[in-house]
Amino acid sequence: MFSNRYIFIYSTVMVIIVAAVLSSTAILLQPRQEKNKTIANIQGILAAVNIEATSDNAEELYQQFVKTELGIDQYGQVTSVYRNGMLEEGEVRPFDIDLKKEHYNKRMGNPFLSPLFIAEIEGDTLYIIPMRGVGLWGPLYGNVAFGPDFNKIVGADFSHDKETPGLGAEISDNTFSDQFIGKMIFDDAGKFNSVMVVKGGPSTLPPAMEIHGVDAISGGTITSNGVNDMIENCLENYMLYIQNNN
Amino acid sequence: MSAEIKETEPLFSPKNRKLLSIPLNRDNPITMQVLGVCSALAVTAKLEPSVVMALSVVFVLGVGNVVISLLRKTIPPRIRIIVQLTVIATLVILVDQFLLAFAYDVSRQLSVFVGLIITNCIIMGRFEAFGMANKPWPSFLDGIGNALGYGWILIAVGFFRELLGSGTLWGYPVLEKIGLYSTGYENNGMMILPPMALIVVGIIIWVQRSRERDLIEEN
Repeated sequence: MFSNRYIFIYSTVMVIIVAAVLSSTAILLQPRQEKNKTIANIQGILAAVNIEATSDNAEELYQQFVKTELGIDQYGQVTSVYRNGMLEEGEVRPFDIDLKKEHYNKRMGNPFLSPLFIAEIEGDTLYIIPMRGVGLWGPLYGNVAFGPDFNKIVGADFSHDKETPGLGAEISDNTFSDQFIGKMIFDDAGKFNSVMVVKGGPSTLPPAMEIHGVDAISGGTITSNGVNDMIENCLENYMLYIQNNN
Repeated sequence: MSAEIKETEPLFSPKNRKLLSIPLNRDNPITMQVLGVCSALAVTAKLEPSVVMALSVVFVLGVGNVVISLLRKTIPPRIRIIVQLTVIATLVILVDQFLLAFAYDVSRQLSVFVGLIITNCIIMGRFEAFGMANKPWPSFLDGIGNALGYGWILIAVGFFRELLGSGTLWGYPVLEKIGLYSTGYENNGMMILPPMALIVVGIIIWVQRSRERDLIEEN
C-alpha cells in the first residue's frame, strides 16, 4: 500500500519533472517555430494573389512581388512605409504588426495600426489585407486581395489553427476561398457591404446582394460566421484610407 | 495480463518476437480490437498525414510503454490513470512541438488530431494491460508492435483513399502521369469523405478474416 504522503510527493515530483521537460523543449524549438509561422504568413499573402509558394521559395517570391508595405492608423493615415526591404517611414515594419494586439487596442478605444501589402503583378497593383478573426476552437487568419479599385476581390486565402477537420477546417480549402474571386465589397452607391458568408449560398440573397455573398460551409456554421465577421471587422479599419485615396 | 519474462531470455526470443508480430495481424488494434478507429477515419484522406500519425503513435506508444514499465513499481494504483495520462500528454505535446518546428505543413493538416493522440484508446489500453505489468524491453516491443499494427492499417487506408479519391500519392499526381484521365476516368470524390474510410477498414477486416477463418466470431 502507498500512503497518502507518498502519493502527494509522487504526483508533485512528477508534475515538476514534466513541466521542466516541456518548457525547455518549447524554449529550444521556439525560434524554428516562429520562422515557420512567418513563412506560413508569407505563403498566405502570396496565395491571396494566386501565387503558389513552397516554404523554400516563399521569401524570395514575396520580395519579388510585394514591394510595398503600409501601416495605416485609425484615421486612415499612412504612418509607416516599408519599401524594397527598407523601412522608410514609421517605427514598425507593417509585416510585423500583431493583429491580435491591434484588435485589442481597437476594442479598448486606443490608437491602432492596420497593415496593407501592395503587390505588383504583371503590371497590376493589387492590395492585400491581412485578417484575423475567431473561429469555433481558435483563431482564424486570412488574406484578401483587391484590384486597383479596392472594391473587387481578386483572391483570398484563409487558414486556421484548430478548426474541426472536414468541417470548419474546409475554409483553408481552395474551393471555399475561390468563391471570393470577383466579389465586391461596395455596392453601386458606394456603400460598404463587406462579403457575407451565407448558408445556402449567394442565390438565397436578394439579386442585388448576390455579388456580396459566398456560400458557407455545411457543418461549419460557427467557423463560417467567424470568417464573415473577420472580413467585416478587418475591412472597416481601411474605410477611411480607401476614402482618402479614391 | 501476461506473466513476467525471465531475465536470461534473449532480446528477440520467439516470445518477444510475437509481441511485435501478433498486433500486426491476429491481434490488430484496429481490425481485431476495434480501438483507435476514430483517428483512423479522420486522418486518412491523404497518405502523408497517415504516415505522420502512424509515426507519432509509434513514438508515443513505444516510449510511453517503457516509461510506464520503468515506473510500474512506484506508481500508486490509486492514481495510476492520472500518471498514465500525464505520460501520454507529455509525449504528445513533445510530438506536437517537434512537428511545429520541423514539419509545419503536416502539423497544420493534422491540426487537432495530434492533440487527440492523447485520447487514442490504444495507448492507454496498452499502458494498462501491458506496461503496468511487464519489464521495459517487452513493453517497448509491445508498444511498437501495437503502434505498427495501428499504423499499417492507417497507411493502407490512406494509400487507397488518396489514390482513388484525389488521384495522387504523397501529393504526386500518379494517375495523371500514367494518363488515366484521358481514358475518361474520374476521381471518386466519396473516397475523401470519412464514411469511405470506414468501408476501407471494413474491407481490410473482411480480407483478414477470410484468410484466417478462425478469427471469425461465432455469432
